[in-house]
Parts: sequence; structure tokens; C-alpha cells
Amino acid sequence: MPDESLHPLFELTAMRVREFLREKEAVFWVFIFPVLMTFALGIAFRNTAPDQTPVAIEATTDAKANEVAQLLSGSAEVTATVMSPEEAAQALRSGKVSIVIKLQNDAFEYRFDPTRPESRAARLMIDDVLQRAKGRADVVKTGEQKITEPGARYVDFLVPGLIGMNLMGSGLWGLGFTVVIARSRKILKRFAATPMRRSHYLFSFMLSRLVFLVLEVAAVVVFAWLVFGFTVRGSWLSLILITVLGGFTFSGIGLLVASRPTTIEGVSGLMNFIMLPMWLLSGTFFSSERFPQVLQPFIKALPLTALNNALRSVMNEGAALSSNWIPITILLAWCLISFVVALKIFKWQ
Amino acid sequence: MSTQTSSVAATTERATQRVAVRCEGLVKRFADVTAVDGLELEVFKGECFGLLGPNGAGKTTTVEILEGLTFPDEGSVELLGQHWNDGDDRALRERIGVQLQETQLAEKVTVVETLRLFRSFYKRGHPVDEVIRTVALEEKRHARVGKLSGGQKQRLAVACALVSDPELLFLDEPTTGLDPQARLSLWDIVEKFRTRGGTILLTTHYMEEAARLCDRVAIMDHGKVIALGTPAELIESLGADQVIEFSVASALSTDEALTILPAVKHLHKRGDVYALTVSEIGVALPALLAEIKRQQSEVVTLTTHQATLEDVFVSLTGRMLRDA
Repeated sequence: MPDESLHPLFELTAMRVREFLREKEAVFWVFIFPVLMTFALGIAFRNTAPDQTPVAIEATTDAKANEVAQLLSGSAEVTATVMSPEEAAQALRSGKVSIVIKLQNDAFEYRFDPTRPESRAARLMIDDVLQRAKGRADVVKTGEQKITEPGARYVDFLVPGLIGMNLMGSGLWGLGFTVVIARSRKILKRFAATPMRRSHYLFSFMLSRLVFLVLEVAAVVVFAWLVFGFTVRGSWLSLILITVLGGFTFSGIGLLVASRPTTIEGVSGLMNFIMLPMWLLSGTFFSSERFPQVLQPFIKALPLTALNNALRSVMNEGAALSSNWIPITILLAWCLISFVVALKIFKWQ
Repeated sequence: MSTQTSSVAATTERATQRVAVRCEGLVKRFADVTAVDGLELEVFKGECFGLLGPNGAGKTTTVEILEGLTFPDEGSVELLGQHWNDGDDRALRERIGVQLQETQLAEKVTVVETLRLFRSFYKRGHPVDEVIRTVALEEKRHARVGKLSGGQKQRLAVACALVSDPELLFLDEPTTGLDPQARLSLWDIVEKFRTRGGTILLTTHYMEEAARLCDRVAIMDHGKVIALGTPAELIESLGADQVIEFSVASALSTDEALTILPAVKHLHKRGDVYALTVSEIGVALPALLAEIKRQQSEVVTLTTHQATLEDVFVSLTGRMLRDA
């Protein structure tokens, strides 16, 4: 192992990387948590074929109820169960079934709550199945085309948003805490007593973020590809450039946030204050276009909105870098301004 | 005329060359206290200079002003012939080594990693391994800082200050909170540095540390230097070489009677314990015992010791160093 020290920028960056990798909790929050989040949200909002509609049939003394159940099971979209009237009423109340069928001689009575959309849909569906089974013919011929292709699903919308949110979170938390802890332990003061260039210190944070950012983004993208068949439509180079710019921007903002506070409590409050509006407004989980028109200029100027928009346009729409010049300019501006201001107002002790 | 001018200039230059640290009229005020109050100081090259004083005397503020970390409200500082804010602070920082009182180095990195980082900040300096040897941390080379003992951490802090091969070393209370063994090994490091020709300015509130390590000592109190000299000179200035400490069974009716006993220079009372500074113990002790008897009391404890810097501080301020 070489014992001679290398360039201070290299040594500082190496120190950042070591400190991070040796902090197990940090590794969890930066790498594991986003993957778990992608998985949970991808599962919760997956648009695969809708679940089968659960239906209860009130039991009768003769075998009729079973006959009806037989008829309904001909449809792949319905699961029918024969229950006692009490059980059926209970299952309907608790939402275990969407509708209850009661047999009256040769007629059917449907019991359901018309305020529940799935119950109304169930009524139409089972009525259709039963009527056809009893011999009703279609008057007009119809066809169906089902859209579940990759690229237009919720998970495709979600992945770029999660990457953006993750870049913001790890940039702010990662830098903010490290800097404030170093300040409270008087390490910053000790560094200030050496000839170390102050810009080297701050820049080392940005460089170390670069190292992790690649892994961070890759973890989510690869996971989404394996589990949900997520694909990046645009060029990988564009994607990398935008993520690097996003990572730098949030490192700059992280440094700015951490440039004065001397306590963890102080910097936590400040970071939440900065991140909360972006969590809500910047279109991570749903499109920011849904917010009122008057808010749009403000929302568009937020760095996370710019990053999310640029990521989506490259990952989902396959857009070129050049067509993203507006969000890229916004990110560059945030990045430069926050780094320069941080360097100016940074408190070393 | 011209020869005279040049000889004056030469004398001044010689003086400048000899002086490592000079500060004049240094004042630093914080919100409600004046931490440094018109401080004058000169530290010569190659000496170990001690700032001795109780907590809150202004030692740390003084040192941080000298290190260029705090700016004085008034006064000037000259360090190795340079001044802070002269446009070349980095060049000056290359020449000094600093150990701060409260720095807690990052815990997750190892000894050698920490030193490599500090070494990288300087253009020139010692190889990292050599410094590790100097501070006797070879076995802890790859140990994380968080796993080191207090004494090892402090040696590492000093190593970080030595790695640049500085001309001038600042140590702010380097042994506070260390056990005697750890203190001795730190003293060794300081003495080695001094033997190699380095200049040291250290602060301490341990008089035995100042007496052992320092060529000259400035005793500080309330932001001022109240006494300056070699440890021997300062102790001599008491006009006494022994201190008698005693306590008595029933309170003496008059303490003043003690001060006029033969060979007694000074009386200090702390709680129930009296401390008499005396020039000739053979004369003072019998007189003291007789006086106690005359006041119809009797001795409970009695010890004598050689006068120390602590006694100098007590006689100057009426307070003990550690509880001042």
C-alpha cells in the first residue's frame, strides 16, 4: 500500500467515501431504501389485469346456487362462492365480496352498494355473464385491446421520480449531517488551521457524491428492470449527464444548507424546510401539472422538478439532451449559485 | 551616521530572527467578557514557552489568535516574521503545526488514513510512517480513531500537527484529562520535537507540566500576563522556597499573627487549610507550632513541600490554579 499522500482533493474525497461506507445506516438509506420503495410502490400501483371480482351467492336448499356458481366460473374475471345469507351479508359489509346474488325462483336479485364503483362494475359484469349463459346473443360485435406495455405504466413514471427524490435526499442528508458533525467536533476548525484550500474541502463532497450516485441510480434502475421490466428509452449518456448534474446540484444545496448551523437539530430543521415543498410539489409520485396554474412557474423553478422532468423525458420519452435545455439550465443555476454562496458564507468554527 | 543606522537595522533583524512569536497589545472581547486584555508576549525560536493559567484565563483565545483562527479586536501578531491576513496565510500555515483543545478527529477512519489526509495538505513534511513512529502509534496504525484510548487520540492529534515538519508547534492543553502514563509519553514527544530545534507554545493548567517542559512560562489570569520568567525565576520571586500546609483542631483566634512570624512571606487560606510560604523552614516551623499552641489550638495535619508554580499563582492571585 502506498504510504505517500496524494493530492488533497483525492485524500479528502477518499475520506468521504470511507466514512460513508463505514456507516451502515447511511448505506441502508442511500442504497437499500430506494430499492425497497420502488418495489413497494411498484407492487401497490402495478397495472396488471384487474383482480377477479369476488361474488357471493346465497345458498338455497336445492342445488341451484351451485349451478349459478358453475355458470359464473365460466368467466375468468369472476370468483363466485356459495355462502349462507348471514355470511354473504357479512362478506358484503366488510368488502370481501363486491356483490351478493340472491336466487328467487328463476330470477336473480343483485345486492350491492351503488356508491362502490367496484360493486357497480361487478353488477354489470355478472349480469352480462349470466344473461349470456342463459342464451342472450350480442347485437353488435366488439373487440378489445389491453394496454399493459412497459413505458406507459405507473412504475415507469415512478422510477425517474424516485431517482430524483433519492438524489435530493442523499445530497442534502449526506452532506448536511457530515458537515455539521465535523463542525461540532471542531474538525472544520482544525482543517482551517492547515493550508488546505477551502474549495477543495467543499468540492470533495461533490466528488464523493459522484461515486455513490452511480451506484445509487444503478441500484434502482437495475432493480426496476429486473422486477418490472423497466427500460430506459433515451440514451444512457444523457441519463448519466443529467444524474451527475442533479447530484452536483443537490450537493451544492446540501453544502449551502450546512454552511452555518452548528447543531444537528438546526440543520435537520433547515433541510426539512427545504425538502418538504419539493417532496410535495416536484412531481415525484404524481405529475406536478396537477397543481394550479398560478403555482406552475414556482414549481418549475424548483431543482427537483427540473431534475424529475429531465429524467422522465429521457427515461420515458427517449428525448435528447438538447430538448431538455430548460431544466438543465435551471439545475446548473442552482448548482453554481449554491456552491459559490456556500463557499462564501461557510462557517469553519 | 549610515553605519549607525545599518547596525540598528542589523540588531532589529537579529532580534526578528530570534523571535518566533511576538504579539503586542492584544485585545479580544466577546459579548460580555474581555477574554484577552492587552496581552504582550514574545516567544524565542527553539524554546518551549508555556502559557499557564486557570480555565477561563484567556489561554485558548490567545493561542487561537496566534494560530490565525480568531481575529483580535486590537493589537498585532507576528509569527515567524509574517503576519496573518498578509495575503499569504497559506504559506504561514505551511510553517506551523496546530493541536486544538477540542478537536475530535473522525472516528471511522484509521490512524494512517488520518495522517495521510493531513500530510496531503502540506507541500513538505515527514513521511507518515515516521510520524507514526515518533508518536509511538505503530501498533495502532490501522486502528480506527474511535477505538483509540484518550492518550492515543491525543498523540494522534499531535502527530497531525507534526506531519508537516513545522517550525512552530502550538499545543493547547495537550494533556488535559490524560492519565499520568499517557501524560509522560506526550511529554516525551514534545521534548523530542524541542531537541530537534522546534519552537513550542503550549498552554496548560498543570504547573508540573509547565515546570517540566517549559523554558519560560507566562502566568495568565483574566486575559493578562501577570508573571513571566523561567520556572525557577518565578518560584524564586516568591522569596521563599518552602510551603507549609496545615490545619488545626479549633479555629485560630487571629490569622494575622501568623503573617508576622519569622521567615513567613505569605499566608493563604483555603477552607480549613492554611498555606504559609516561608524562606527558612527551620526558623518558621518552630515559630508556627509555638503560635498555634499560644492560641490554644493543636495541629491536625501538617505537610511541607518545595514551592512550585502553583504557589506562585496562589501568591499572585490569592486563588488556586485549578479552582480559580
